[in-house]
Amino acid sequence: MTAYTATVTVRLKRGVLDPEAETTQQALERLGFELGDLRSADRFEIDLDADDEHEAAERADEMAERLLANPTIHDYDVAVEPRE
Amino acid sequence: MTVSVVRFGGSNCDRDAVRALEYLGVDADIVWHEDGLPADTEGVVVPGGFSYGDYLRAGAMAAQSPVMDEVRALADDGVPVLGVCNGAQIGCEAGMTPGAFTTNASARFQCERVHLRVENADTPWTAAYSEGDVLEVPIAHGEGRFEIGEDAYDDLVADDRVLFRYCDADGEVTDEANPNGSTGAVAGLTGDRDNVAVMMPHPERATLPELGATDGQGVLSAFA
Repeated sequence: MTAYTATVTVRLKRGVLDPEAETTQQALERLGFELGDLRSADRFEIDLDADDEHEAAERADEMAERLLANPTIHDYDVAVEPRE
Repeated sequence: MTVSVVRFGGSNCDRDAVRALEYLGVDADIVWHEDGLPADTEGVVVPGGFSYGDYLRAGAMAAQSPVMDEVRALADDGVPVLGVCNGAQIGCEAGMTPGAFTTNASARFQCERVHLRVENADTPWTAAYSEGDVLEVPIAHGEGRFEIGEDAYDDLVADDRVLFRYCDADGEVTDEANPNGSTGAVAGLTGDRDNVAVMMPHPERATLPELGATDGQGVLSAFA
């Protein structure tokens, strides 16, 4: 078994309204920042032990499918790295 | 009929639901979710509130709790199940109804009275009304914007599963009358079968005459 950290990033699908991101963008603009667009995402860092990277990714993928993301509104991606 | 009102940590409309049901002559008891549903449960309300502190997404945690497997099994047997507000979010997260309820377009928590147009009066939840009736019922939510994929929305409409749409006092569905930016101004819908329904507005807050509004009685009378 090897120690991995799986990072699951959950973001709204393109085209789904993100009022919190819009509000954040407006606040940044009020502070004088210039920006084109702002998108927000949730990031989960999951430490787990697995036989290999593939298995770690598969398990993190299932976590995203079952709970971390809502397929109606979200896309997600999974990145796996060995953990020191 | 005995209705089980499922209480999670953070539910806060459970007692309101029991009082409203009892006013309509329906036996109702609060059931702590970890205790499971009593064997004599003949109806289920998943009430409003902030179960699990709305962590992750409103309703996401409660939807995964074991009691929801029991609720789903009863629903499959035809038992009436109603999710209100947080209960509606839980119902969608649990896959009992399609779509999702997410952050209001305003990005604000909104607590106000709204108007609803009855879209389909041929369900247990709307049998007390006529199609096109306009109800006045309160909302109180920050995450009530109904989102659903285009194809799934078309199916929902084609199958006549929209119960209520937000409208103005005259029954017109307009952008101005849509409090949260919901797709199709959908405020309530049924599952695959019409014994399961979810809605963001609170019928239990529009049932007791002393609260000044009674238009929600018809929804809860599905349990009578």
